[in-house]
Amino acid sequence: MSPALSPLPRGGAAIAGIACSDLGAVAAQMSPIDLMAQGISRALEDCGLRLADVDGLFCATTQARTSAMSLAEYLGLPDAYTDSTIVGGSSFEVHVAHALAAIDAGLCSVAAIAYGSTQRTVGRRQASVREYNPYETPFRPFLPASAYALAASRHMHLYGTTREQLAEVAVAARAWAQRNPAAWDRRPLSIADVIAARPVSDPFTVRDCCLVTDGGGALIVVAPERARALRRKPVYVLGCGQSITHASISSMPDLTVTGAVAAGAQAYRMAKLSPREIGLAMLYDAFTINTILFLEDLGFCPKGEGGRFVADGAIAPGGRLAVNTNGGGLSFCHPGMYGLFLLIEAVQQLRGEAGERQVPGIHTAIAHGNGGVLSAQATTILGTAEAL
Amino acid sequence: MDASPLSTYLDFLEKDILAFQRDAETGAAVFYPRVIAPRTGAALTWHHSAGLGTVHATTVVHPQQGEPYNVALIDLDEGFRMMSRVEDIAPTAVRIGMRVRFRTHRPGGDEPPIPVFFPAEAGA
Repeated sequence: MSPALSPLPRGGAAIAGIACSDLGAVAAQMSPIDLMAQGISRALEDCGLRLADVDGLFCATTQARTSAMSLAEYLGLPDAYTDSTIVGGSSFEVHVAHALAAIDAGLCSVAAIAYGSTQRTVGRRQASVREYNPYETPFRPFLPASAYALAASRHMHLYGTTREQLAEVAVAARAWAQRNPAAWDRRPLSIADVIAARPVSDPFTVRDCCLVTDGGGALIVVAPERARALRRKPVYVLGCGQSITHASISSMPDLTVTGAVAAGAQAYRMAKLSPREIGLAMLYDAFTINTILFLEDLGFCPKGEGGRFVADGAIAPGGRLAVNTNGGGLSFCHPGMYGLFLLIEAVQQLRGEAGERQVPGIHTAIAHGNGGVLSAQATTILGTAEAL
Repeated sequence: MDASPLSTYLDFLEKDILAFQRDAETGAAVFYPRVIAPRTGAALTWHHSAGLGTVHATTVVHPQQGEPYNVALIDLDEGFRMMSRVEDIAPTAVRIGMRVRFRTHRPGGDEPPIPVFFPAEAGA
């Protein structure tokens, strides 16, 4: 079976508009669809298009079972092409691939990709009801943290990855967040602080775990020629890949090798790029082990070397590789399915609009989404006109 | 189908048998129990595990209220993996590579039985 997204054309679509909705703790009684609509409105404003131009809706949230239906009603767009694929936090990287395919096939011309969550306001349990799994639930894993903790235990056992190296990931994310005025948590954080924080599921403390915030946002995706006529510098979709290896952690084929290997390989092949040519790595950091696994699986370092790769501030500002420059799910914001924010930050960086945290002179970025418990991996490689 | 994969599994567990399936064509062990085999789509046959395995991964959950407890992934000798916990020792004493043995835990009430493990060295 050939990879699901392999026939997609390199540069077949561009991200023309981006926006975050309100983030952090949103106004009382805001709905996830309110946040999607707010994100779409702001992203349209960003690129100079109007709601009437939108003819494709791509969305996901854990708080509406039929979110595309709800969004089409809310926006009054009965004729829109819709896709509410939901594979957890990587849903939006998948949506980018699907939007590219739909635009390429002529099914729509202006695709809005949207997300909204009020999990902080309504409570995580309310926002994301966990399905009963008769083969896992009776053992009371604290999900999703315990699933990632099991993978971390294995990585530490096999490769000697240390508690301090895991903490480095959180410390680097915080250092980037301190350069991002929109980040939720910008307080100083040290390796010792991470290790001494409240334990959650060994080896993780609460500082190894993503934030619990509200938030949402949107992307506007159009054909490349249309993007060039709009007000913002286009960011082209150069590569896409996806791989779903399991749903529950007890069914993960190898706890230290994620589907990012396959998803990344597809995306690099389509983009005709190698890891060495990537200027920015946006890697879904739901937990500190994620960043280490994805650095390895996406080819930034050999398998097992991720812990040593991140040591001594190597992914912090001024380090050897710019990683999660918005502060990540660990410090910027994490409304439950964070994948959209990886794409928003990558576009901001590629446009050169990232302010104090701007990575100079980059033309390519990788946004790697993670869904479920290391389950659904989806990679998007983006680039400026220089990378086309 | 007269009995679901789950109810068949639980019926075995009621009799203190840890059951798993094999792909009827390839012989590969399959867990959790299913209607058809993954990848091949083949029929599945039921088998009894000897109940001996190795800790593959382990964590200690620290609930906001209550005592810390173990959650582990166990590789059974027949070639399948499952989530469970290791009992009879401190949750922090559970180590990757530790040999463990199955027993049935009956939570009582309406709760179905679950397979748990204990260190194999502690006796059979």
